Formats: sequence, structure tokens, C-alpha cells
Amino acid sequence: MSSQVKFTDFKSDKQPTWCPGCGDFGTMNGMMKGLAETGNDPDNTFVVAGIGCSGKIGTYMHSYAIHGVHGRALPVGAGVKMANPELEVMVAGGDGDGYSIGAGHFVHAVRRNVDMSYVVMDNRIYGLTKGQASPTSREDFETATTPEGPKQPPVNPLALALASGATFIAQSFSSDALRHQEIVQQAIEHDGFGFVNVFSPCVTFNDVDTYDYFRDSLVDLADTDYDATDREAAKEKVLDADKEYMGVLYQDEDSVPYEAQHGLDSPMHEVDDGAPEGAMDLVREFY
Amino acid sequence: MPADFNWAIGGEAGDGIDSTGKIFAQALSRAGRHVFTSKDFASRIRGGYTAYKVRTSVDKVQSVVDRLDVLIALTPRTIDENLDELHDGSVIIYDGERTTMQDVEIPGEMIGLNVPLKALAEEAGGAIMRNVVALGAACAVTSFPIENLDSSLKKRFGDKGQAIVENNKEAARKGLEYVREEYDEEDLEYDLDTTDNDYVLLNGDEAIGMGAIAAGCKFYAGYPITPATDVMTYLTGRIEQFGGHVVQAEDELAAINLALGAARSGARSMTATSGPGIDLMTETFGLVATSETPLVICDVMRSGPSTGMPTKQEQGDLNMLLYGGHGEIPRFVLAPTTVAECFWKTVEAFNLAEQYQTPVYLTSDLSLAVTEQTFEPDAFDMDAVEIDRGKVVDDDSIGDHRTEQGQFKPHELTDDGVSPRAFPGTAGGAHMSTGLEHDELGRRTEDTEMRVKQVEKRDRKVETARAEEDWSPREFGDPEAENLVVSWGSNEGALVEALDLLEEEDVEVRVLSVPYIFPRPGLSEAFESAEEVVVVECNATGQFADVLEHDTLTRVKRVNKYNGVRFKADELAADIKETLEA
Repeated sequence: MSSQVKFTDFKSDKQPTWCPGCGDFGTMNGMMKGLAETGNDPDNTFVVAGIGCSGKIGTYMHSYAIHGVHGRALPVGAGVKMANPELEVMVAGGDGDGYSIGAGHFVHAVRRNVDMSYVVMDNRIYGLTKGQASPTSREDFETATTPEGPKQPPVNPLALALASGATFIAQSFSSDALRHQEIVQQAIEHDGFGFVNVFSPCVTFNDVDTYDYFRDSLVDLADTDYDATDREAAKEKVLDADKEYMGVLYQDEDSVPYEAQHGLDSPMHEVDDGAPEGAMDLVREFY
Repeated sequence: MPADFNWAIGGEAGDGIDSTGKIFAQALSRAGRHVFTSKDFASRIRGGYTAYKVRTSVDKVQSVVDRLDVLIALTPRTIDENLDELHDGSVIIYDGERTTMQDVEIPGEMIGLNVPLKALAEEAGGAIMRNVVALGAACAVTSFPIENLDSSLKKRFGDKGQAIVENNKEAARKGLEYVREEYDEEDLEYDLDTTDNDYVLLNGDEAIGMGAIAAGCKFYAGYPITPATDVMTYLTGRIEQFGGHVVQAEDELAAINLALGAARSGARSMTATSGPGIDLMTETFGLVATSETPLVICDVMRSGPSTGMPTKQEQGDLNMLLYGGHGEIPRFVLAPTTVAECFWKTVEAFNLAEQYQTPVYLTSDLSLAVTEQTFEPDAFDMDAVEIDRGKVVDDDSIGDHRTEQGQFKPHELTDDGVSPRAFPGTAGGAHMSTGLEHDELGRRTEDTEMRVKQVEKRDRKVETARAEEDWSPREFGDPEAENLVVSWGSNEGALVEALDLLEEEDVEVRVLSVPYIFPRPGLSEAFESAEEVVVVECNATGQFADVLEHDTLTRVKRVNKYNGVRFKADELAADIKETLEA
């Protein structure tokens, strides 16, 4: 790791094809700055992306990266990290990718507590398929496929994470650059699964969950005396139907990541020229 | 006295049938006898009928036959289920004091040995040992030295303490003595010779797990599914001793994606599943191929489609493995033909995956998976294991594979179709990969020329492999024979034995057992020089036969079995003869 790393080292020379004004620009900048500020460089960083607008992020960043199949980015990231705990692993996805098709993996990734960060660009809509309801869309959010709204409550990712045993839960807002970067950094530095739900507005298809809406309604926990290590307090916050919060909602400071629990402390890419030493004992077991 | 001897223990699931059978099979193996086992089991945890069958001989045995010489019947149904295989002189050991066995009638000229298994077990320390009492009784029937049971009992019960081991030894001796006292040994004509040979006894799932460790596999992710779970069970606790790790994933989708992630980290990585799991993994299979990630995906086939018959044999997934997935996916498909080959083909699968940076399907089936078979230990000679990691570049050599701007080219357009590979952490190697069509740098493109180049590059790997590797089939029988029999996967053992039976009836046959489904050997010449070609497989439609007809433009005859039971040597010989004469 080099102390000379600038956040632009994480930038590729590809120009994003996101719509002008898309929240994902700010989300990505925060991720790149967060990685650079925490002492990482592109050669020790692995970014896994899902599918959708958010999934394009691997192309616009410069690091070791893979762009996976829809909803399955989290297990890929876990596999990367388990097989090489020395890598800094960051998984990026959207609300559809993470809370709909990938909801099962989300619950289990939270339980597994691999030491990586997961940034979800939550715009409460399907953007790339041009404007259908997402799992976080409001009950009355009218779209071409839900003309009267989905008529079902949105997924509550923070509550889902807390109920599944998350050790780090945060929420940020892509346009509040400094706070967003700070929150992403905390997720990276957390020993375990650092989950950040980022409000990343879709300026083309979502005229409800807009920059103005979040700017006016979000309560920054940094401005309060909130204690993020208090799980009971976190329960109250994540289930609060009246307000939405920015900042770290919960952090278990005693979190022991998966790798430590399973004694994974070195990369697995070295292989002997032949069968490993002691392999003949495996045969003798069958006598 | 038959040259080979067949016995079975049967009862209800939960009766300890499996472990009792294995104790005796191991004792036979350690006494220098060859063993081949098979299991009848249902998809339930307790109750129902289940049996563990052992064929044993001083000579090599590699299939099952329709004959039972000694049957330990813990339930009346055990006798009914096996009536076809019992013969005059067969011995049935049962506990006439057991409520359900009181009215049992031993048919015809068979010999019933009524042994109070439970009562004797209780005398030895606990009713739970009644199966071991039965094993002692079986030793008396076969003049098999009971001392050979002792080390198997120690292996099975050693963890529970010396007292338990001693109680079990005592239980076995009580069974032996009871039979000797109550029955005339002259009626019990079986005689199991022992030899000084050393054998190992293992099944196909264990051989695949062992092969994975031998090949340097460090990462395994899987989801439990019959009959592939034993691969994961084997690796758990063992792979860690070699610096590896096993993850039980939340589902098959996660399993293959975890394995893909580990492979991207540079670890030799594997997942194993059965048909329904392969279906779920297919989407990611395409990503594995397009991102050119080396991965071994093992499919231990069972009867399909859908959940089919989870505990029964079939070779029905071949089309799925060859063609499954949208778009066109370069892949390798290997199909081990024996338990020992499960080991070697696993090693080969890892080498091919890395040499050609593409997914490799390793396909086994239920018969191989649950069959324990004896081998000389050097059938698994670890010194003969070779590792080839393909085109891995390091900090020094990576410079040859970068653009003028210094960007690494993970999908470089090479003559052989294989690109350089940099493990994450390699300085100056940071790159993107994706399931989207991409350029040499791994970045998404819809450029029509680059699309064509990348498709052709990936396909070139297969052409390179066809030219570079040996894809020959295994050959048996008379090379000059007019009749050619072709088989794939687990049918080889039964076929080799069927060959001897056919020879006795003057039917000369050349056998090709094909372990490479794709790329596969060119068989046109062999087909042209044969009068008749018969393709043998455990499925209804003849999936491999279809493929070979397509390859060779030659009509073949087919022997198919799809009732859920593997081929038996004698039955197969009769089927082949009939098909050739038809």
C-alpha cells in the first residue's frame, strides 16, 4: 500500500454513461476517496459490482474488479476476500440488485460478517430498465408496471440488516460529499461486514425521492447525541416510520469478522508443483 | 463355492445399515479382499427400506451382480426386496425374537439363521450393537477370521472410547459363538479367504475430494444435495490442513459465486452439486466462461428432471452440461469412469481450468458417488500428481502484457486463445472483468469487430486444447472385434465384467470407455471399422449416442437403462448380446 495514492488513481479513463445529475457520480466519488483515504491502492483493492446502473461502477473505477450476474455480487466478494484476506474488498450494487434478486444473499452476507464493505446505491426505482418499481419504492409510487403503486410496503434494508445480525449499518446521501465519504470510510475500517445504504437519486425516473426530498428530510445522526453502539437505540431508529437518518446507525465494536473466526489469514493462490506434502496420509486414511 | 461372494445388510433407514455395512466392507478390504459396494436407499431419514450390499472376491471386482449369498435381514421387507437375488443355499440371518420377525418364513432351500441379535447385544453392553452381533454371525457363516472386524470396529467407534470398542468386539464374538453352537457349520459352505494384499476402500465422492486436495484446491463452496454432499463432507476438516477452506453456502447460486470469487483471487476453487443445483448455477457458469475464470464445477448426477429420484442413478445431465446456458459457452466436460478415475480426472480438471482459463464440468453420478471400491494404494500415487497453472504473470512478467498506457490486458487476443492471468495484488495488474462482452482490457464493448474477436478467442481455447491434450478413450476387449461398444462415465466396471461374460458366449467385443465428453475423442475411424456400434448409457434417450451419431454420421444401436438402478454386469452382457443380434 502506498501513502502516495490519490483518489483519482481509482478512476478509470472511461466516462460514465450515467444520466447527467445521477446520484451515482457522488456515490462513486465517495467510494474512491474512501478507499484512498484508508490507505488502499488499485492493486490491493477488489471491487465487485452487480447489475444495473450501479453495476457499471466497476468500469469507471480502476482496481481489480469483476462485474457479476444480477443479485450475486455479495457471494463473489466474500469468495474473493476469503481466498485472499489481504485484499480490500468492496461490493457495490443497487436496491433492485441487493434487496430483490439478491435479498437472500444480503441476509446471509450480513450473518457471515466477512470483512468487506457493501455500498448500495438506493434510488428506489429500476433505472436501467426505464422506470419500474423497486423493492424500496414507496407503496403508492406509480410506475408503468405499478400504475397504482406497488401496494406493498417497501423493504427496510436497515431493519433487515439489524435483524440478521449486522455488525455495521450506515446510511448516507450521495450529494453530501464529505459525510458520504466519511461514512464509507467507517464502513471500510469496520472489522466485518460494513453495510452502507446510500440514497443516490435517479433524476430521470424518480420524481419523489429527489435531492430536495433527502436534503430536507434526512436527519444526520452526527448532529445528535446518538450512540451507534447501542443496539436497542438502533432498533428504534431503523424502525422509525417518521424519519430517515444519515450516519452510522449501528456498529458492534466487538465484531469478529468471518476470516478471523475461521483462521483465514493468508492468500490461497500459492500451489505446490505437485500434490501437497502429506497428501499420502489422505490415502492411508482409507486403509 | 462361487469365486466371488455377495452379502447385504438391510433394514429401515436409521437402523445403522450404512455404518454396519461399511464396517464389514472395511474388514474385508483389510483382509486383502477386493470389495465393491452398492446401496439401496430412499430419500428419507428414518424408516423405509435401505440396504448396503457388498460384493467381495480375491480377484478384482468392479460391478454388482444379481446374487446374494448372505443376507442380514433386520426387517421382513429386507427379504422380500431381495428375493430375486437370493438362491438355494443363501443364508439369511435374522432375529426371530424381534416382534416383526416372528412370523418370518425362510423360503425354499435357503438357510435361515435365527440369532437373538438384540438379546446377545444387550449381554455385550447394549441393544444398539445388534448389527455388530449380526456381523459376528456372518463371520461364522463365512469362516472369515473375526479378528479382521476388530480394526474396523476400532476405526468406527474409537472416538467413543476404548470401552465401546471392546463392547462391540464382544458383541461380534457373541454372534459368532451363537451360530457355531446352534448350527451345523457344514451347512454353511462359504469360505472367505484372506490375502496379504493392502487395499484402500473409498467411494467416488471421497476420491473427488481427495483429488481436489492433491491438485492444490484451496477453496470449496457448496450447498448440500444428494449425492454430491459427500464431496463437501470429505473436504470439511481436511482441506483446512492444507491451507484451504470450505463454505456451506446459502444456496447453489451463492456457492458458485463464492467459488468464482475465490478463483478470481487466484485460489484453485471448486463447487459440487447435482442436477437441480447445476440448473441454478447455469447463469453464473456463463459469467465464469466469459470472464475467463478457472473453475471446477462437479455435477454428481442423479435421476431427473426436476427433483426426480434423488437417491437413484441416472446419467441424464449430459445435454445440460454440454449445452446448458444462454449464448455459446466454451467449456470442458470430463466424466470419470471409475472411483480411481474420479481422483485423476479431478486433478486434470483443475489443470485444464487454469491452463485454458475456463470452467470445467467434472461429471460423476450416484453410482460412482456411493460405491466404495478397493484399490491398490498406488492407484492414488500422489507423486504422480502434476500441477499446471497456465499463463500466470507476476510483477516482473506482467510488463509484456500491457498497453502503451500501461494497462494490463486480461483478455489479450492470443493465438492459442489463452490470455495472461494476474492474481489480485500483482503490481500494475489492476483490471476489470465482466460478463458483458469486453475488449482486451476487460471493459464492456459493443464494438462488432471486438465481439467477433473475443468470441473467436474464447473458442480458440477449445481448438488449442484439442490439439495439445490427449483425449483418448480407455480401451478394453478385442481391438480387432467387429462389434464396438461405447460407454461413458460409471458404466465402465460393469462393461469390463460383461466383456468376460460375452467372451464365454463367443461374442467378441471392443470396448471404448470415454472419459472426455467435451472435447471428446474422434471416433469416426473406430465406428467405420466396426460392423455394429452399441452405445451404453444410464438414460432414456441416449444423449451420448446422439452426440456420437452427430460426430460420426453413423447410426448406432443403444442400450439404455433408466429405472434408477445402475447396470449390472450379467444384465448388461445379456442386453448387449440381444442388441447386437437384433
